[in-house]
Amino acid sequence: MESCFHCGEDCLDDLINYDEKSFCCSGCKTVYEIFNSNDLSYYYDLESNPGISPKINESKYEYLENPEIVEKLLEFDHAGTRIVSFTIPSIHCSSCIWILENLNKLQKGIKSSQVDFPRKKIRLSFSAEELSLKELVLLLSRIGYEPNISLENFEQKDSRTDRSLIYKLGVAGFAFGNIMFLSFPEYFEINEFWLDQFKNLFRWLMFSFSLPVVFYSGRDYFISAYKGLRAGLLNIDVPIALGILVLFLRSTAEIVLDLGTGFFDSLSGLVFFLLLGRFFQQKTYSFLSFERDYKSYFPIAITRLFTENGITREEQVQVYKIKKGDRVIIRNEELIPMDAILVKGDANIDYSFVTGESAPVIKNSGDRVFAGGRQKGGIIELEALKPVQQSYLTELWSEEVFSKDKNSAFQNLTNQISKRFTIAVLSIAVLSAIFWMFYDPSKTWNVFTAVLIIACPCAIALAAPFTLGNLLRIFGQQQLYLKDANVIEKLAQIDTVVFDKTGTITENDRSRIEYEGIELSGEEKQLLCGSLRASNHPLSRALYRILDKNNISIPEHFSEHTGKGLETSLKDLKLKIGSQTFVNSADCSSGIQLKEKVEKTSVYISANDQYKGCFSFHNSYREGLAELLEELSKNKKIILLSGDNDGERSRLLNLVPEGTQMYFDQKPGNKLEFIRDLQSQNRKVMMVGDGLNDAGALAQSDVGIVISEDINVFSPACDGILDARRFSELGQFFKLSGKAVSIIKWSFLLSLIYNLIGLSFAVSGNLMPVVAAILMPLSSISIVVFTTLATQFITKDLKRKRKPQS
Amino acid sequence: MSIIYMLLTISVVVAIIFFIAFLVSVNKGQYDDVYTPSVRMLFDDELVKPDPKEKEPVNKVKSD
Repeated sequence: MESCFHCGEDCLDDLINYDEKSFCCSGCKTVYEIFNSNDLSYYYDLESNPGISPKINESKYEYLENPEIVEKLLEFDHAGTRIVSFTIPSIHCSSCIWILENLNKLQKGIKSSQVDFPRKKIRLSFSAEELSLKELVLLLSRIGYEPNISLENFEQKDSRTDRSLIYKLGVAGFAFGNIMFLSFPEYFEINEFWLDQFKNLFRWLMFSFSLPVVFYSGRDYFISAYKGLRAGLLNIDVPIALGILVLFLRSTAEIVLDLGTGFFDSLSGLVFFLLLGRFFQQKTYSFLSFERDYKSYFPIAITRLFTENGITREEQVQVYKIKKGDRVIIRNEELIPMDAILVKGDANIDYSFVTGESAPVIKNSGDRVFAGGRQKGGIIELEALKPVQQSYLTELWSEEVFSKDKNSAFQNLTNQISKRFTIAVLSIAVLSAIFWMFYDPSKTWNVFTAVLIIACPCAIALAAPFTLGNLLRIFGQQQLYLKDANVIEKLAQIDTVVFDKTGTITENDRSRIEYEGIELSGEEKQLLCGSLRASNHPLSRALYRILDKNNISIPEHFSEHTGKGLETSLKDLKLKIGSQTFVNSADCSSGIQLKEKVEKTSVYISANDQYKGCFSFHNSYREGLAELLEELSKNKKIILLSGDNDGERSRLLNLVPEGTQMYFDQKPGNKLEFIRDLQSQNRKVMMVGDGLNDAGALAQSDVGIVISEDINVFSPACDGILDARRFSELGQFFKLSGKAVSIIKWSFLLSLIYNLIGLSFAVSGNLMPVVAAILMPLSSISIVVFTTLATQFITKDLKRKRKPQS
Repeated sequence: MSIIYMLLTISVVVAIIFFIAFLVSVNKGQYDDVYTPSVRMLFDDELVKPDPKEKEPVNKVKSD
């Protein structure tokens, strides 16, 4: 099988040879021609088969002629220069960066373009006279880089990234380095004449460097500790803030009273390491969004019909302007943004993004159609029943689960231990202070503050960020993208796993097809194949893929009835291929009983008005499903929630382990309620879903994971996105998160040992600044090394099993 | 007066200059996207392609 020179896909249907290269479709060939004729063929030298097959529908962008919409999309528009930013999901390799940054070779109107690869964004500046926004979007789409323009673009949030952590880290690092070098002389010599002369200068310089560290870099710890205390919680930031404060006050007191050099080095080092841990944990997958709702999916504009002086005209309007009773037009491949009634046309609606079920649903005029469906086929006319915000689908987002922050209620491991830790440290400090008060009162304050300083839980605070941050990256390499590090801790606590059926445990595109009926003759098969080839219906494509493609005969007569089926003929053989009613409408008297199982998607075939049989499409379950469920069921409860009817129950029973509960006909709201019920029984629930209909359940569950065949396309708000190819390894990820939690616990033990060593110095009243300056970084660094090695060790099996996809 | 004052001043001033340079670079967004520039810099040489008219009719050998 040859693969396409442009996109690398196998050339399945029609191979095109051009310029001694093979292409899978004319789209890919056209892009190659464009690049080649514009001297941009370096695109193909950078990476092999870098291209994306363009699939465009030019009429889709009519709305970009509406100045009101254009204005909303533009970032900058002045003196003929316009700047616009787009998200382009298909950006994936260095060739993409190169071609997109050299767009001005293709179109002179483009002044400059800059790609942000991790975010899959492009920022274009172009001349308003030479190029309209619509032309720009079409140009991008034609070369395979179709921008994603959705309702989300409308509410232009301030896209400025929060850089405060980098600033804080920079300030702390800067101060740390300088203070270290200023404090170095006094580590070894104290009473030397030369040092004595300048020590005050050195000390006050250190003091001034430490000011921004305490009051700027360390600010968050004070705020968090204060908030924690007010809520009655002793979180990990309480002992940290206490440590920073005591370090600063004691050091200042020491230099003011000329008692010693202070602990400014340890202070700045502590804050620097803590911030480093935070920075490390803050790994975000900027090209993925975990907060998406319907807005990132819905179109920005829609074609509305309006009648003026008796003449009906079309206009492009923003979807938010659609009111009840408005007539709108939906074209092929367009999304229906509101609940409506079908007025005219053959509606063939694909609800895959709502339900995960890819087979389109046929509607007749007068039927209700729901928001979120995609029209496949011809133009349809609809009458809106509700505005966009109030449709069946979008109303789900008004549920309170979407507005509450899941993390606020979660007590992570570090905060759990910090309560006991803080109490222990405070009591040790007080007890040793009392002891010294009687033994040698001059040392009381010294010991009290030294305990608080040395016990500052820097290493404890670093254990979780580094372990989880590491694991987060490794999971990401294995195509499980988690929202933040807390998810791993939550994953380790899960005892109930709820699966959605369609699209989650079944595959979306590859369906299992079975034929039932009278065997087709050779001629019939050949004609069937030839007819299917000419049709663009998804079912035809799926069926064509599995049929034997020898001696295909081309039909003489071919007609496609949208939403019904195909009618073709060759010589005296006439075939009807399509829905049950279409194929059978002429003749119901055939001896063969039609299968009445409507829940199955089937393609019926009749030859010369004789019913022959039907191809039924079954959902095919993902590879390794049975093994995965078996593995999970050992220590977790497994539940299946399906939005479909129970037609597949018997097949599922063979797959799932005993004792698995199954529920069918679950509406999105039911799923959410179901999860909430489970949680009220004190269960930690993970929801595994895919479509928008799971959105409520995903948001309600403790951990919501979305299975996605293509991580760049839409997925509802969730805590993690798992590439569908890695579905069978879900059990592995569970195990690893359990192990991560034990690594954190071991690190706690390790840092407690350091603390005990430090405390022995502190309690005996011998804490020298140099000891603190060595002990603190040493404990932090050894924790970092330990957690890094340990996480690498536990994940080595996972990484060995499969190399990351190139 | 001692040379130490001058040395200290110089070292602190140099440190502060670099620190300000860091702040400016963060503020300009140089740390927002740390991946793309690493790829982009590899292109620079190839960007200047010979004019198509002057191009030699020698076919470039392409690696697979």
